[in-house]
Amino acid sequence: MSSRPYGNGLRALSFATVAAITGALALVFFYAPLEAEQGFLQKIFYVHVPLAIVSLCGFVLGGLLAIQHLRTRDPRWDMRSYVAIHIALIFGLGTLITGSIWAKGSWGHWWVWNEPTLVSFLIVWLLYATYQPLRFAIEDPERQARYASVFAVTAGAFVPLNFIAVRMSTSYLHPRTLSSTSNLPGPMALTFLISLLAITLLYATLCKYELTAKHTRAQVRALRRRLSGETAPARGRSAAPVALPDGAMPAAPGETLGARFGAGSAPGTAG
Amino acid sequence: MLLAELPALPLHTAGKYVAAAYIVLFAMVLVYVAIMAVRMSRTERELGELLEQLDRDGREPSGGDAAARRSPGAVE
Repeated sequence: MSSRPYGNGLRALSFATVAAITGALALVFFYAPLEAEQGFLQKIFYVHVPLAIVSLCGFVLGGLLAIQHLRTRDPRWDMRSYVAIHIALIFGLGTLITGSIWAKGSWGHWWVWNEPTLVSFLIVWLLYATYQPLRFAIEDPERQARYASVFAVTAGAFVPLNFIAVRMSTSYLHPRTLSSTSNLPGPMALTFLISLLAITLLYATLCKYELTAKHTRAQVRALRRRLSGETAPARGRSAAPVALPDGAMPAAPGETLGARFGAGSAPGTAG
Repeated sequence: MLLAELPALPLHTAGKYVAAAYIVLFAMVLVYVAIMAVRMSRTERELGELLEQLDRDGREPSGGDAAARRSPGAVE
């Protein structure tokens, strides 16, 4: 295995993200025309909608990675699923805040409870907000990873179902983004697509950054254990999955991660 | 509901909402980067400690004392 399995390409990805965000901002404020009904306020569209799309796709991605974890029992897939959901949750919070600001400017209210799109997104976000407490509640790392994966798959399947259900509802208050994007004028559509690309790149960069940081930390811990002569790593209760250092193989079918990583042997050591 | 038919806000009023929305995005990224920076500095400090330990172990004479120092818990 490479000594930088997650860090490879991080610099190029970071530069691409910065370039895409800069380009998107330039297009939003200097190229895209003002919308006839909402005027300058509609500029929030270019940050709010990409955040929402990337956040929901991140939740689904977390579910797909969790399926891979359940198939292979390789903790690396659990780690990827955890990071995908973790970053999507942050983006979801951004969606809720920017949407609320837009609602206040556009409708005069911070939140409208009878609007299905808003409430359904809040439900999805709250559902995923329970993901970390769920993980934290389970001490045994193997059981934690398995239950978290089942949760991620179930909740990931709920996201598109929820999306379809909202589409079938009859409210016309919230604009229908994906069906109306094709009706956007050319400059607006281009700006939206570049913004979506920028937010997607930001998501990918943050995921890669987080994975690299967790992997590096696992490497340092493995080095510390090796120097001190310990065989089994101490791992206290933690919501974060087990990060395998380089050279470490996934648990064999008969081997449990709990036995391997000494669950509960030293509370507060994992983070 | 007629909320969707409210007239567009003038630029000086809409500007603060637009600014707030974009500031939220950048604040989130900044907070995330700050948290990661703290974690990185902790990892860097741990690496420094491990290097110091390696240096110490390298200078010590081989034998029982060095082996005892390498026993579990010696680092902590």
